[in-house]
Amino acid sequence: MSALNTFTIAEARDKLRAKEVTAVELTQACLTAIEGADALGAYVHKTPDLAMEQAKAADARLAAGDAPDMCGIPLGIKDLFCTKGVDSQAASRILQGFKPEYESTVSQNLLDAGTITLGKLNMDEFAMGSSNETSVYGNAVNPWKVDDRQLTPGGSSGGSASAVAADLCLAATGTDTGGSIRQPAAFTGIVGIKPTYGRCSRWGVVAFASSLDQAGPMTKTVRDAAIMLETMAGYDPKDSTSADIPVPNFEAMLTGDIRGKKIGIPKEYRMDGMPAEIEKLWEDGTAKLRDAGAEIVDISLPHTKYALPAYYVIAPAEASSNLARYDGVRFGHRASLAAGDGITEMYEKTRAEGFGPEVQRRIMVGTYVLSAGFYDAYYNRARRVRALIKKDFDDVFAAGVDAILTPATPSAAFGLGEMTDADPVQMYLNDVFTVTVNLAGLPGISVPTGLDSTGLPLGLQLIGRPWEEGDLLNTAYALEQAAGFVAKPQKWW
Amino acid sequence: MSIDTAIAAKVAKLARIRVEEDALPALAEEFNNILGFIEQLNEVNVDGVEPMTSVTPQRLKRRVDVVNDGDQQDKVLKNAPDAREGFFAVPKVVE
Repeated sequence: MSALNTFTIAEARDKLRAKEVTAVELTQACLTAIEGADALGAYVHKTPDLAMEQAKAADARLAAGDAPDMCGIPLGIKDLFCTKGVDSQAASRILQGFKPEYESTVSQNLLDAGTITLGKLNMDEFAMGSSNETSVYGNAVNPWKVDDRQLTPGGSSGGSASAVAADLCLAATGTDTGGSIRQPAAFTGIVGIKPTYGRCSRWGVVAFASSLDQAGPMTKTVRDAAIMLETMAGYDPKDSTSADIPVPNFEAMLTGDIRGKKIGIPKEYRMDGMPAEIEKLWEDGTAKLRDAGAEIVDISLPHTKYALPAYYVIAPAEASSNLARYDGVRFGHRASLAAGDGITEMYEKTRAEGFGPEVQRRIMVGTYVLSAGFYDAYYNRARRVRALIKKDFDDVFAAGVDAILTPATPSAAFGLGEMTDADPVQMYLNDVFTVTVNLAGLPGISVPTGLDSTGLPLGLQLIGRPWEEGDLLNTAYALEQAAGFVAKPQKWW
Repeated sequence: MSIDTAIAAKVAKLARIRVEEDALPALAEEFNNILGFIEQLNEVNVDGVEPMTSVTPQRLKRRVDVVNDGDQQDKVLKNAPDAREGFFAVPKVVE
């Protein structure tokens, strides 16, 4: 039997039921792998004692019979999720020492199903970044390596991606505001799905941009994504935007049969200067879906070009509002004050010390676009453009398209530090293929389908109709089967 | 429009983030880069388009207006940097 930490959720589930392994053994294997992987910077708060306690309870539940599919599965949890009694600081200094008195709905749903929490995972500060380099904990590192450089696992869910790719858990939670699940999944050769806005409760997840944020699973296979999403999802009275509609059995929808499905190829995603390897990956993926019986159609999403600039108005605007709560009064860091300092100095010093440069930049950009005199010119205009971007998708779906195939990222993983001197806008371009999906509230999934010439993983993205994650997962499953991606990073850490 | 150091200082003040005087020129330049990128939105014809308020056409759920939580003072104050006698403590606000 291969090392237990390399199992998929589906394998572990089946072997737990066949009594070939126990949850305690699975958990031990993951904890051992984690102990030897500090060089990856994936785990930032480890919870081995809690994990072993949960594993024993899971084994008891499995022995009693009738345990849910996720029972006994060891997971890593992104630091953005509030976890009761366990440090939850969104990779920010301003939340240093914060131990929530409550559990986020998504992580509670997982715990209710019997999952095991191995620890909290690294990320960009407040999920703002595409390389995991804005974290107060330091960088998370990609387990994939092709020369002496250390590569980014992507961001913001960089620790989640690194941990899943390096088998430091069976799967992890992520969140995605502009591509933060799908881009790191593509950079590390794993699967990541951002569900339809409203599918997963946002309650207890540290807010970045509330109209865009969604949680989702990051897993080794499409099947695992289906299993885990079903457990994470569901209506929650504590999030007024969570959808009160039934969550189907996504795994049961994985037939691999996509005959007659209409797959759209959007011409606007063929960017100037796109690397030939990405173009080839996209063409290969298109051919594979065609060979599997899908009908390929050329489509147009005319406002694609304006998605990133609209995002960089809307997301900072919402962030400036959401992050106003970090004021040094109720939780987290408070700056030490000089004699005579009043409450304004307390706010200003606390926020200058507590937030990193990228977070400060976005808060201030958001403050500016919402300020009197500019609200209409920037914020309202961006919201109008957002409506047009969504309409592009509505029109395509109304014309009978079932899913849209695009590259997930404009390149393979780049080296940590390589973008340090670039202006922030260069880093924002990482999200060029993913951000439209958040603006339109649609489900999107990244599937690893190939390696570049140096041996680094590349992914394709499939975008689906709202609430039809089951159909989307099935198309992704067909693509995964056809691509046959099995490469794993060589252990160097 | 272009952002100068005076506007950068005003924005920092509105955001309640202390920015030292000598950091303002670099900050203003960053704002200008980002806003230059955002300016592209002016190319789009948005006549007659309503600003989006929700990606999903849905009426937000309402709940009955009753107390359904509370009595958790200890928990609420547990993570406070300075809590005294059941309250959050802050520097003097009123002279």
